[in-house]
Amino acid sequence: MRPFTYNRAVDLAQAARLGQQTGQGQTDAPVQFLAGGTSLIDLMKLDVLTPERVVDITPLRANHATVQAGHDGLRLGALAKMAAVAAHPAVLADYPVIAQSLQLAASAQLRNMATLGGNVLQRTRCTYFRDPSWSACNKRNPGSGCAAIPGINRNHAVLGVDATCISQYPGDLGVALIALDARLDLLGPQGSRRIRFASLHRPAEGQPHIETTLRAGEVITSFFVPAGAWTRRSLYLKVRDRASYEFAIASTAVALDMDGDTVRQARIGLGGMAYRPWRALAAEAALVGRPLTRANAEAAAAAALEGAITHGHNDYKPELGRRTIVRALMQAKTMPIADASLPTRKD
Amino acid sequence: MSENNRGMSRRGLFGAATGLAALPIAARAGSLPAPTVEGDAGLAEFVLNVNGRDHRVALDVRTTLLDALREHMDLVGSKKGCDHGQCGACTVHIDGQRVLSCLTLAVAVQGEPVKTIEGLAAPDGTLHPMQQAFIDHDGFQCGYCTPGQIMSAVACVHEGHATTDADIREYMSGNLCRCAAYPKIVTAIKQAREQMEHA
Repeated sequence: MRPFTYNRAVDLAQAARLGQQTGQGQTDAPVQFLAGGTSLIDLMKLDVLTPERVVDITPLRANHATVQAGHDGLRLGALAKMAAVAAHPAVLADYPVIAQSLQLAASAQLRNMATLGGNVLQRTRCTYFRDPSWSACNKRNPGSGCAAIPGINRNHAVLGVDATCISQYPGDLGVALIALDARLDLLGPQGSRRIRFASLHRPAEGQPHIETTLRAGEVITSFFVPAGAWTRRSLYLKVRDRASYEFAIASTAVALDMDGDTVRQARIGLGGMAYRPWRALAAEAALVGRPLTRANAEAAAAAALEGAITHGHNDYKPELGRRTIVRALMQAKTMPIADASLPTRKD
Repeated sequence: MSENNRGMSRRGLFGAATGLAALPIAARAGSLPAPTVEGDAGLAEFVLNVNGRDHRVALDVRTTLLDALREHMDLVGSKKGCDHGQCGACTVHIDGQRVLSCLTLAVAVQGEPVKTIEGLAAPDGTLHPMQQAFIDHDGFQCGYCTPGQIMSAVACVHEGHATTDADIREYMSGNLCRCAAYPKIVTAIKQAREQMEHA
Protein backbone atom coordinates (compact mmCIF):
# COMPACT_ATOMS: atom_id res chain seq x y z
CA MET A 1 0.00 0.00 0.00
CA ARG A 2 1.31 3.46 -0.91
CA PRO A 3 1.83 6.03 1.87
CA PHE A 4 -1.11 8.37 2.53
CA THR A 5 -2.23 11.02 4.96
CA TYR A 6 -5.09 9.93 7.20
CA ASN A 7 -7.76 12.42 8.24
CA ARG A 8 -10.80 11.85 10.44
CA ALA A 9 -13.76 13.96 9.40
CA VAL A 10 -15.46 15.72 12.29
CA ASP A 11 -18.47 16.87 10.25
CA LEU A 12 -19.81 16.71 6.71
CA ALA A 13 -18.64 20.18 5.76
CA GLN A 14 -15.09 19.29 6.74
CA ALA A 15 -15.35 15.98 4.88
CA ALA A 16 -16.44 17.80 1.75
CA ARG A 17 -13.60 20.32 2.12
CA LEU A 18 -10.95 17.64 2.63
CA GLY A 19 -12.41 15.61 -0.19
CA GLN A 20 -12.15 18.28 -2.90
CA GLN A 21 -10.09 15.96 -5.10
CA THR A 22 -12.14 12.79 -4.81
CA GLY A 23 -12.96 12.83 -8.51
CA GLN A 24 -15.65 10.75 -10.18
CA GLY A 25 -14.33 7.28 -9.69
CA GLN A 26 -11.00 7.74 -11.45
CA THR A 27 -8.48 5.34 -9.95
CA ASP A 28 -5.85 8.08 -9.81
CA ALA A 29 -7.97 10.46 -7.71
CA PRO A 30 -5.66 11.80 -5.00
CA VAL A 31 -8.30 11.65 -2.26
CA GLN A 32 -10.58 8.80 -1.24
CA PHE A 33 -13.30 8.70 1.39
CA LEU A 34 -13.08 5.77 3.82
CA ALA A 35 -16.28 4.28 5.24
CA GLY A 36 -16.50 0.50 5.71
CA GLY A 37 -13.21 0.08 3.87
CA THR A 38 -14.11 -3.27 2.37
CA SER A 39 -13.48 -2.07 -1.20
CA LEU A 40 -11.03 0.73 -0.58
CA ILE A 41 -8.48 -1.11 1.58
CA ASP A 42 -8.65 -4.14 -0.72
CA LEU A 43 -7.97 -2.04 -3.82
CA MET A 44 -5.22 -0.06 -2.09
CA LYS A 45 -3.47 -3.33 -1.20
CA LEU A 46 -3.79 -4.35 -4.86
CA ASP A 47 -2.25 -1.00 -5.91
CA VAL A 48 -5.32 -0.21 -8.00
CA LEU A 49 -6.14 2.80 -5.82
CA THR A 50 -3.23 4.93 -4.63
CA PRO A 51 -4.68 7.96 -2.81
CA GLU A 52 -2.41 10.53 -1.22
CA ARG A 53 -5.09 11.28 1.35
CA VAL A 54 -7.76 9.10 2.96
CA VAL A 55 -10.61 10.94 4.65
CA ASP A 56 -12.29 8.69 7.21
CA ILE A 57 -15.98 9.57 7.37
CA THR A 58 -16.97 6.85 9.86
CA PRO A 59 -16.92 9.35 12.77
CA LEU A 60 -20.07 10.84 11.12
CA ARG A 61 -21.96 7.57 11.66
CA ALA A 62 -23.87 8.87 14.67
CA ASN A 63 -25.89 11.27 12.51
CA HIS A 64 -25.99 9.49 9.16
CA ALA A 65 -26.83 5.86 9.82
CA THR A 66 -30.52 5.91 10.69
CA VAL A 67 -33.40 4.12 8.95
CA GLN A 68 -36.72 5.98 8.87
CA ALA A 69 -39.85 4.54 7.32
CA GLY A 70 -42.68 6.99 6.65
CA HIS A 71 -45.83 7.16 4.54
CA ASP A 72 -43.97 8.86 1.71
CA GLY A 73 -41.09 6.42 1.63
CA LEU A 74 -37.99 5.02 3.21
CA ARG A 75 -34.96 7.09 4.20
CA LEU A 76 -31.68 5.25 4.69
CA GLY A 77 -28.59 6.94 6.14
CA ALA A 78 -25.60 6.43 3.86
CA LEU A 79 -23.38 5.27 6.73
CA ALA A 80 -25.87 2.62 7.87
CA LYS A 81 -24.32 -0.85 7.79
CA MET A 82 -25.66 -3.39 5.30
CA ALA A 83 -26.41 -5.87 8.11
CA ALA A 84 -28.43 -3.37 10.13
CA VAL A 85 -30.61 -2.33 7.18
CA ALA A 86 -31.13 -5.95 6.04
CA ALA A 87 -32.60 -6.76 9.48
CA HIS A 88 -34.72 -3.62 9.91
CA PRO A 89 -38.39 -4.60 10.45
CA ALA A 90 -39.82 -1.87 8.20
CA VAL A 91 -37.43 -2.74 5.37
CA LEU A 92 -38.24 -6.45 5.70
CA ALA A 93 -42.00 -5.85 5.72
CA ASP A 94 -42.46 -3.06 3.18
CA TYR A 95 -39.34 -3.18 0.98
CA PRO A 96 -38.35 -6.86 0.94
CA VAL A 97 -36.36 -6.42 -2.27
CA ILE A 98 -33.98 -4.08 -0.43
CA ALA A 99 -33.61 -6.41 2.57
CA GLN A 100 -32.97 -9.39 0.28
CA SER A 101 -30.46 -7.57 -1.92
CA LEU A 102 -28.43 -6.77 1.21
CA GLN A 103 -28.89 -10.15 2.85
CA LEU A 104 -27.72 -12.05 -0.22
CA ALA A 105 -24.59 -9.91 -0.62
CA ALA A 106 -21.10 -10.69 0.68
CA SER A 107 -20.63 -12.35 4.08
CA ALA A 108 -21.85 -11.61 7.61
CA GLN A 109 -18.54 -9.93 8.46
CA LEU A 110 -18.52 -7.76 5.33
CA ARG A 111 -22.16 -6.76 5.89
CA ASN A 112 -21.21 -5.63 9.41
CA MET A 113 -18.51 -3.39 7.96
CA ALA A 114 -19.81 -2.08 4.66
CA THR A 115 -22.04 0.98 4.49
CA LEU A 116 -24.86 1.61 2.02
CA GLY A 117 -23.07 4.61 0.50
CA GLY A 118 -19.89 2.64 -0.06
CA ASN A 119 -21.82 -0.36 -1.33
CA VAL A 120 -23.47 1.45 -4.22
CA LEU A 121 -20.05 2.81 -5.22
CA GLN A 122 -18.41 -0.62 -5.09
CA ARG A 123 -15.94 -1.11 -7.95
CA THR A 124 -16.21 -3.78 -10.58
CA ARG A 125 -14.72 -7.21 -9.88
CA CYS A 126 -13.28 -7.39 -13.40
CA THR A 127 -10.07 -9.34 -12.87
CA TYR A 128 -8.21 -7.19 -15.39
CA PHE A 129 -9.24 -4.04 -13.52
CA ARG A 130 -8.18 -5.52 -10.18
CA ASP A 131 -4.76 -6.71 -11.36
CA PRO A 132 -2.45 -3.87 -12.46
CA SER A 133 -0.06 -6.35 -14.09
CA TRP A 134 -2.52 -6.22 -17.00
CA SER A 135 -1.61 -2.96 -18.69
CA ALA A 136 -4.72 -2.80 -20.87
CA CYS A 137 -7.65 -1.50 -18.83
CA ASN A 138 -9.47 1.63 -19.93
CA LYS A 139 -11.10 1.97 -16.54
CA ARG A 140 -7.78 1.97 -14.68
CA ASN A 141 -5.58 3.39 -17.39
CA PRO A 142 -7.56 5.51 -19.89
CA GLY A 143 -6.78 4.77 -23.51
CA SER A 144 -4.87 1.55 -22.81
CA GLY A 145 -7.48 -0.83 -24.21
CA CYS A 146 -9.52 -3.64 -22.69
CA ALA A 147 -7.91 -6.97 -21.83
CA ALA A 148 -11.29 -8.53 -21.04
CA ILE A 149 -12.77 -8.29 -24.55
CA PRO A 150 -10.29 -10.80 -26.02
CA GLY A 151 -9.69 -12.36 -22.59
CA ILE A 152 -11.56 -14.45 -20.04
CA ASN A 153 -14.91 -12.69 -19.91
CA ARG A 154 -17.28 -15.19 -18.33
CA ASN A 155 -18.14 -12.71 -15.56
CA HIS A 156 -18.43 -9.68 -17.79
CA ALA A 157 -21.41 -7.57 -18.70
CA VAL A 158 -23.68 -7.95 -21.73
CA LEU A 159 -25.79 -4.80 -21.28
CA GLY A 160 -24.48 -1.24 -21.39
CA VAL A 161 -21.09 -2.30 -22.66
CA ASP A 162 -19.11 -0.62 -25.42
CA ALA A 163 -15.82 -1.15 -27.26
CA THR A 164 -13.85 0.36 -24.36
CA CYS A 165 -15.19 -1.59 -21.35
CA ILE A 166 -17.30 -4.67 -20.66
CA SER A 167 -16.85 -4.70 -16.87
CA GLN A 168 -19.81 -5.65 -14.75
CA TYR A 169 -21.36 -3.68 -11.91
CA PRO A 170 -21.00 -6.11 -8.99
CA GLY A 171 -23.51 -4.76 -6.47
CA ASP A 172 -26.91 -6.03 -5.38
CA LEU A 173 -28.41 -3.10 -3.45
CA GLY A 174 -27.97 -0.85 -6.47
CA VAL A 175 -30.16 -3.19 -8.52
CA ALA A 176 -32.98 -2.85 -5.98
CA LEU A 177 -32.53 0.93 -5.70
CA ILE A 178 -32.71 1.49 -9.44
CA ALA A 179 -35.84 -0.66 -9.71
CA LEU A 180 -37.52 1.45 -7.00
CA ASP A 181 -36.27 4.72 -8.55
CA ALA A 182 -34.49 5.79 -5.35
CA ARG A 183 -33.03 9.25 -4.85
CA LEU A 184 -29.71 10.23 -3.32
CA ASP A 185 -28.99 13.16 -1.05
CA LEU A 186 -25.50 14.53 -1.59
CA LEU A 187 -23.44 17.12 0.23
CA GLY A 188 -20.40 18.73 -1.30
CA PRO A 189 -18.32 21.89 -1.29
CA GLN A 190 -21.06 23.64 -3.31
CA GLY A 191 -23.83 22.56 -0.95
CA SER A 192 -26.44 19.83 -0.99
CA ARG A 193 -28.49 18.40 -3.84
CA ARG A 194 -30.74 15.45 -4.58
CA ILE A 195 -30.34 13.25 -7.64
CA ARG A 196 -31.99 10.11 -8.96
CA PHE A 197 -30.06 6.97 -8.20
CA ALA A 198 -30.42 6.15 -11.90
CA SER A 199 -28.15 9.09 -12.74
CA LEU A 200 -25.37 8.24 -10.25
CA HIS A 201 -23.48 5.77 -12.43
CA ARG A 202 -22.34 7.05 -15.82
CA PRO A 203 -22.63 4.94 -18.95
CA ALA A 204 -19.25 3.83 -20.33
CA GLU A 205 -19.49 6.00 -23.47
CA GLY A 206 -15.83 5.58 -24.27
CA GLN A 207 -14.76 6.94 -20.88
CA PRO A 208 -15.11 4.06 -18.43
CA HIS A 209 -12.60 5.64 -16.04
CA ILE A 210 -15.23 8.26 -15.16
CA GLU A 211 -17.66 6.16 -13.17
CA THR A 212 -20.05 8.52 -11.43
CA THR A 213 -21.72 11.89 -11.74
CA LEU A 214 -20.61 12.90 -8.24
CA ARG A 215 -18.85 16.24 -8.05
CA ALA A 216 -15.48 16.56 -6.37
CA GLY A 217 -15.86 16.34 -2.61
CA GLU A 218 -19.47 15.17 -2.68
CA VAL A 219 -20.54 12.62 -0.08
CA ILE A 220 -23.70 10.54 -0.26
CA THR A 221 -25.58 11.42 2.95
CA SER A 222 -28.77 9.38 2.52
CA PHE A 223 -31.01 7.42 0.18
CA PHE A 224 -34.72 8.00 -0.24
CA VAL A 225 -36.93 5.24 -1.65
CA PRO A 226 -40.37 6.56 -2.60
CA ALA A 227 -43.30 4.55 -1.30
CA GLY A 228 -45.38 2.77 -3.92
CA ALA A 229 -47.99 0.08 -4.17
CA TRP A 230 -45.32 -2.18 -5.69
CA THR A 231 -42.74 -2.14 -2.89
CA ARG A 232 -44.33 -4.90 -0.80
CA ARG A 233 -44.69 -7.35 -3.67
CA SER A 234 -40.99 -7.22 -4.39
CA LEU A 235 -38.07 -9.59 -4.30
CA TYR A 236 -34.44 -9.98 -5.27
CA LEU A 237 -33.42 -13.14 -7.11
CA LYS A 238 -29.68 -13.74 -7.28
CA VAL A 239 -28.12 -16.51 -9.36
CA ARG A 240 -24.49 -17.34 -8.57
CA ASP A 241 -21.89 -20.07 -8.88
CA ARG A 242 -22.23 -21.12 -5.23
CA ALA A 243 -25.11 -20.83 -2.79
CA SER A 244 -23.66 -18.14 -0.54
CA TYR A 245 -20.96 -15.46 -0.38
CA GLU A 246 -20.61 -14.91 -4.12
CA PHE A 247 -21.27 -12.22 -6.68
CA ALA A 248 -24.20 -12.58 -9.06
CA ILE A 249 -23.81 -14.02 -12.52
CA ALA A 250 -27.39 -12.85 -13.05
CA SER A 251 -29.78 -11.12 -10.70
CA THR A 252 -33.00 -9.19 -10.81
CA ALA A 253 -34.99 -6.95 -8.51
CA VAL A 254 -38.69 -7.03 -9.30
CA ALA A 255 -41.55 -5.10 -7.75
CA LEU A 256 -45.16 -5.48 -8.83
CA ASP A 257 -48.47 -3.78 -8.20
CA MET A 258 -51.14 -6.31 -9.16
CA ASP A 259 -54.87 -6.00 -9.78
CA GLY A 260 -55.81 -9.64 -9.49
CA ASP A 261 -53.73 -11.33 -12.17
CA THR A 262 -53.16 -8.11 -14.09
CA VAL A 263 -50.04 -6.00 -13.71
CA ARG A 264 -50.79 -2.40 -12.80
CA GLN A 265 -47.16 -1.37 -12.33
CA ALA A 266 -43.89 -3.23 -12.69
CA ARG A 267 -40.36 -2.24 -11.70
CA ILE A 268 -37.43 -4.38 -12.83
CA GLY A 269 -33.73 -3.92 -12.12
CA LEU A 270 -30.97 -6.15 -13.48
CA GLY A 271 -27.62 -7.11 -11.97
CA GLY A 272 -24.78 -9.48 -12.71
CA MET A 273 -25.01 -8.73 -16.40
CA ALA A 274 -24.83 -4.96 -16.87
CA TYR A 275 -22.15 -2.27 -16.87
CA ARG A 276 -24.03 -0.24 -14.27
CA PRO A 277 -27.19 -0.69 -12.20
CA TRP A 278 -29.72 -1.40 -14.94
CA ARG A 279 -33.42 -0.70 -15.14
CA ALA A 280 -35.35 -2.79 -17.66
CA LEU A 281 -37.89 -0.17 -18.76
CA ALA A 282 -38.88 -2.05 -21.92
CA ALA A 283 -39.65 -5.16 -19.87
CA GLU A 284 -41.73 -3.12 -17.44
CA ALA A 285 -43.73 -1.60 -20.32
CA ALA A 286 -44.31 -5.05 -21.80
CA LEU A 287 -45.98 -6.19 -18.58
CA VAL A 288 -48.20 -3.26 -17.64
CA GLY A 289 -51.91 -3.80 -18.25
CA ARG A 290 -51.50 -7.47 -19.10
CA PRO A 291 -52.13 -10.60 -17.07
CA LEU A 292 -48.93 -11.99 -15.57
CA THR A 293 -48.72 -15.28 -17.46
CA ARG A 294 -45.51 -17.17 -18.13
CA ALA A 295 -45.75 -16.23 -21.80
CA ASN A 296 -46.03 -12.53 -20.95
CA ALA A 297 -43.17 -12.83 -18.46
CA GLU A 298 -41.05 -14.44 -21.18
CA ALA A 299 -41.90 -11.63 -23.58
CA ALA A 300 -40.88 -9.06 -20.98
CA ALA A 301 -37.63 -10.92 -20.29
CA ALA A 302 -36.87 -11.00 -24.02
CA ALA A 303 -37.36 -7.24 -24.16
CA ALA A 304 -35.02 -6.79 -21.18
CA LEU A 305 -32.12 -8.57 -22.86
CA GLU A 306 -32.65 -7.12 -26.31
CA GLY A 307 -29.43 -5.60 -27.56
CA ALA A 308 -27.23 -7.71 -25.30
CA ILE A 309 -23.65 -7.95 -26.57
CA THR A 310 -21.63 -11.04 -25.68
CA HIS A 311 -17.93 -11.84 -26.04
CA GLY A 312 -17.59 -15.61 -25.98
CA HIS A 313 -17.32 -16.85 -22.43
CA ASN A 314 -20.35 -14.82 -21.42
CA ASP A 315 -22.55 -16.02 -24.27
CA TYR A 316 -24.66 -17.80 -21.65
CA LYS A 317 -25.72 -14.60 -19.93
CA PRO A 318 -28.66 -13.39 -22.02
CA GLU A 319 -30.49 -16.72 -21.67
CA LEU A 320 -29.65 -16.97 -17.96
CA GLY A 321 -30.80 -13.38 -17.54
CA ARG A 322 -34.12 -14.06 -19.27
CA ARG A 323 -34.80 -17.14 -17.16
CA THR A 324 -33.89 -15.24 -13.98
CA ILE A 325 -36.39 -12.51 -14.80
CA VAL A 326 -39.17 -14.99 -15.61
CA ARG A 327 -38.64 -16.92 -12.39
CA ALA A 328 -38.57 -13.74 -10.31
CA LEU A 329 -41.77 -12.42 -11.88
CA MET A 330 -43.64 -15.69 -11.33
CA GLN A 331 -42.42 -15.82 -7.71
CA ALA A 332 -43.46 -12.22 -7.09
CA LYS A 333 -46.89 -12.93 -8.52
CA THR A 334 -47.58 -15.55 -5.86
CA MET A 335 -46.00 -13.69 -2.93
CA PRO A 336 -48.33 -13.54 0.05
CA ILE A 337 -48.88 -9.85 0.82
CA ALA A 338 -50.17 -8.66 4.17
CA ASP A 339 -52.91 -6.17 3.37
CA ALA A 340 -52.66 -3.86 6.38
CA SER A 341 -51.38 -0.30 5.90
CA LEU A 342 -50.04 -0.67 2.39
CA PRO A 343 -47.79 2.17 1.34
CA THR A 344 -50.25 4.68 -0.05
CA ARG A 345 -48.53 6.84 -2.60
CA LYS A 346 -48.91 5.95 -6.25
CA ASP A 347 -47.14 7.73 -9.03
CA MET B 1 11.32 -32.54 24.46
CA SER B 2 8.64 -30.61 26.25
CA GLU B 3 8.32 -26.94 25.47
CA ASN B 4 6.98 -26.35 28.96
CA ASN B 5 10.16 -27.71 30.51
CA ARG B 6 11.98 -24.84 28.93
CA GLY B 7 9.44 -22.31 30.11
CA MET B 8 8.68 -21.32 26.57
CA SER B 9 5.64 -21.68 24.39
CA ARG B 10 5.82 -22.90 20.82
CA ARG B 11 5.12 -19.36 19.68
CA GLY B 12 7.78 -17.94 21.99
CA LEU B 13 10.33 -20.37 20.66
CA PHE B 14 9.39 -19.57 17.11
CA GLY B 15 9.48 -15.85 17.78
CA ALA B 16 12.86 -15.96 19.51
CA ALA B 17 14.33 -18.13 16.81
CA THR B 18 13.33 -15.73 14.07
CA GLY B 19 14.00 -12.47 15.85
CA LEU B 20 10.32 -11.54 15.96
CA ALA B 21 9.78 -11.56 19.72
CA ALA B 22 7.11 -9.32 21.19
CA LEU B 23 7.77 -5.67 20.64
CA PRO B 24 7.67 -3.38 23.66
CA ILE B 25 5.52 -0.81 21.91
CA ALA B 26 2.28 -2.36 23.03
CA ALA B 27 3.06 -2.10 26.71
CA ARG B 28 0.18 -1.98 29.14
CA ALA B 29 -0.78 1.63 29.59
CA GLY B 30 -3.71 1.46 32.00
CA SER B 31 -6.82 3.47 31.23
CA LEU B 32 -5.70 5.96 28.61
CA PRO B 33 -7.84 8.62 27.02
CA ALA B 34 -8.46 7.94 23.34
CA PRO B 35 -7.47 11.10 21.51
CA THR B 36 -8.63 11.56 17.96
CA VAL B 37 -5.49 10.98 16.01
CA GLU B 38 -4.81 11.93 12.44
CA GLY B 39 -1.65 10.94 10.71
CA ASP B 40 0.56 12.23 7.98
CA ALA B 41 2.14 9.57 5.84
CA GLY B 42 4.19 7.90 8.51
CA LEU B 43 3.70 7.11 12.18
CA ALA B 44 0.56 7.88 14.13
CA GLU B 45 0.28 7.39 17.88
CA PHE B 46 -3.05 6.26 19.20
CA VAL B 47 -4.75 3.90 21.62
CA LEU B 48 -6.09 0.49 20.68
CA ASN B 49 -8.43 -1.18 23.16
CA VAL B 50 -7.91 -4.92 22.78
CA ASN B 51 -9.46 -7.56 25.02
CA GLY B 52 -10.33 -4.97 27.66
CA ARG B 53 -6.90 -3.35 27.82
CA ASP B 54 -5.73 -0.06 26.35
CA HIS B 55 -2.51 -0.22 24.38
CA ARG B 56 -0.73 2.90 23.19
CA VAL B 57 0.73 2.15 19.80
CA ALA B 58 2.79 4.08 17.27
CA LEU B 59 2.07 2.71 13.82
CA ASP B 60 2.30 3.61 10.18
CA VAL B 61 -1.24 4.72 9.28
CA ARG B 62 -1.29 2.02 6.59
CA THR B 63 -1.19 -0.72 9.24
CA THR B 64 -4.26 -2.91 9.28
CA LEU B 65 -5.77 -4.01 12.56
CA LEU B 66 -4.65 -7.56 11.72
CA ASP B 67 -1.03 -6.52 11.28
CA ALA B 68 -1.20 -4.34 14.42
CA LEU B 69 -2.37 -7.35 16.43
CA ARG B 70 0.03 -9.87 14.95
CA GLU B 71 3.17 -7.86 14.24
CA HIS B 72 3.09 -5.20 16.95
CA MET B 73 1.08 -6.58 19.88
CA ASP B 74 2.14 -10.24 19.81
CA LEU B 75 -1.49 -11.33 19.46
CA VAL B 76 -1.02 -13.90 16.73
CA GLY B 77 -4.25 -15.83 17.24
CA SER B 78 -5.99 -13.89 14.47
CA LYS B 79 -4.71 -15.40 11.24
CA LYS B 80 -3.73 -13.91 7.91
CA GLY B 81 -5.21 -16.09 5.19
CA CYS B 82 -5.94 -14.08 2.06
CA ASP B 83 -5.41 -10.55 3.47
CA HIS B 84 -8.20 -9.37 1.12
CA GLY B 85 -11.39 -9.99 3.07
CA GLN B 86 -12.23 -13.24 1.32
CA CYS B 87 -11.42 -16.02 3.80
CA GLY B 88 -12.49 -14.89 7.29
CA ALA B 89 -9.38 -16.17 9.11
CA CYS B 90 -8.76 -12.69 10.53
CA THR B 91 -12.26 -12.29 12.04
CA VAL B 92 -12.35 -10.29 15.30
CA HIS B 93 -15.11 -8.44 17.14
CA ILE B 94 -15.28 -4.66 17.20
CA ASP B 95 -17.89 -3.33 19.59
CA GLY B 96 -19.35 -6.83 19.67
CA GLN B 97 -19.73 -7.12 15.88
CA ARG B 98 -17.70 -9.61 13.85
CA VAL B 99 -15.53 -7.88 11.25
CA LEU B 100 -12.47 -8.58 9.12
CA SER B 101 -9.33 -7.15 10.70
CA CYS B 102 -7.39 -7.39 7.42
CA LEU B 103 -9.64 -4.76 5.79
CA THR B 104 -9.70 -2.50 8.85
CA LEU B 105 -7.12 0.23 9.34
CA ALA B 106 -5.94 0.14 12.95
CA VAL B 107 -5.96 3.93 13.16
CA ALA B 108 -9.64 3.96 12.12
CA VAL B 109 -10.72 1.88 15.14
CA GLN B 110 -8.72 3.75 17.76
CA GLY B 111 -10.49 3.64 21.11
CA GLU B 112 -13.12 1.10 19.99
CA PRO B 113 -13.33 -2.19 21.91
CA VAL B 114 -11.63 -4.97 19.94
CA LYS B 115 -11.92 -8.59 21.01
CA THR B 116 -9.69 -11.31 19.60
CA ILE B 117 -9.53 -15.06 20.11
CA GLU B 118 -7.03 -14.41 22.94
CA GLY B 119 -9.76 -12.57 24.86
CA LEU B 120 -12.41 -15.25 24.58
CA ALA B 121 -11.55 -17.66 27.40
CA ALA B 122 -12.35 -16.80 31.02
CA PRO B 123 -9.59 -15.13 33.06
CA ASP B 124 -8.98 -18.45 34.86
CA GLY B 125 -8.32 -20.13 31.54
CA THR B 126 -11.67 -21.90 31.22
CA LEU B 127 -12.40 -22.09 27.52
CA HIS B 128 -15.40 -20.34 26.02
CA PRO B 129 -18.16 -22.86 25.23
CA MET B 130 -17.48 -22.32 21.52
CA GLN B 131 -13.78 -23.15 21.90
CA GLN B 132 -14.65 -26.28 23.89
CA ALA B 133 -17.26 -27.31 21.34
CA PHE B 134 -14.76 -27.09 18.47
CA ILE B 135 -12.47 -29.43 20.47
CA ASP B 136 -15.30 -31.77 21.43
CA HIS B 137 -16.46 -32.18 17.83
CA ASP B 138 -13.14 -31.95 15.96
CA GLY B 139 -14.30 -28.74 14.28
CA PHE B 140 -10.97 -28.39 12.49
CA GLN B 141 -8.10 -30.27 10.97
CA CYS B 142 -5.09 -28.03 10.34
CA GLY B 143 -6.56 -25.34 12.63
CA TYR B 144 -5.49 -22.32 10.64
CA CYS B 145 -9.00 -21.00 10.07
CA THR B 146 -10.18 -21.95 13.55
CA PRO B 147 -9.68 -18.66 15.46
CA GLY B 148 -11.68 -16.87 12.77
CA GLN B 149 -14.29 -19.62 12.70
CA ILE B 150 -14.72 -19.41 16.48
CA MET B 151 -14.95 -15.61 16.62
CA SER B 152 -17.45 -15.69 13.77
CA ALA B 153 -19.43 -18.50 15.42
CA VAL B 154 -19.71 -16.68 18.75
CA ALA B 155 -21.12 -13.65 16.96
CA CYS B 156 -23.39 -15.86 14.86
CA VAL B 157 -25.00 -17.21 18.05
CA HIS B 158 -25.30 -13.75 19.61
CA GLU B 159 -26.95 -12.44 16.43
CA GLY B 160 -29.58 -15.18 16.62
CA HIS B 161 -28.40 -16.64 13.31
CA ALA B 162 -27.60 -20.13 14.62
CA THR B 163 -31.13 -21.48 14.99
CA THR B 164 -31.06 -23.99 12.12
CA ASP B 165 -28.34 -25.88 10.26
CA ALA B 166 -29.18 -23.94 7.11
CA ASP B 167 -28.90 -20.63 8.96
CA ILE B 168 -25.55 -21.61 10.44
CA ARG B 169 -24.21 -22.56 7.02
CA GLU B 170 -25.44 -19.32 5.48
CA TYR B 171 -24.22 -17.02 8.24
CA MET B 172 -20.86 -18.81 8.53
CA SER B 173 -20.20 -18.65 4.78
CA GLY B 174 -17.64 -15.87 5.26
CA ASN B 175 -15.26 -18.31 6.96
CA LEU B 176 -13.55 -20.70 4.59
CA CYS B 177 -12.10 -24.02 5.78
CA ARG B 178 -10.03 -25.68 3.10
CA CYS B 179 -9.83 -28.86 5.20
CA ALA B 180 -13.64 -28.82 4.79
CA ALA B 181 -14.48 -29.41 8.46
CA TYR B 182 -17.81 -27.73 7.80
CA PRO B 183 -20.18 -30.47 9.08
CA LYS B 184 -18.30 -30.65 12.37
CA ILE B 185 -18.22 -26.89 12.67
CA VAL B 186 -22.02 -26.83 12.34
CA THR B 187 -22.30 -29.49 15.05
CA ALA B 188 -19.93 -27.59 17.33
CA ILE B 189 -21.87 -24.36 16.93
CA LYS B 190 -25.11 -26.13 17.84
CA GLN B 191 -23.57 -27.50 21.06
CA ALA B 192 -22.12 -24.12 22.02
CA ARG B 193 -25.41 -22.38 21.21
CA GLU B 194 -27.23 -24.49 23.82
CA GLN B 195 -24.63 -23.69 26.45
CA MET B 196 -24.44 -19.99 25.59
CA GLU B 197 -28.22 -19.65 25.70
CA HIS B 198 -28.41 -21.32 29.11
CA ALA B 199 -25.36 -19.60 30.57
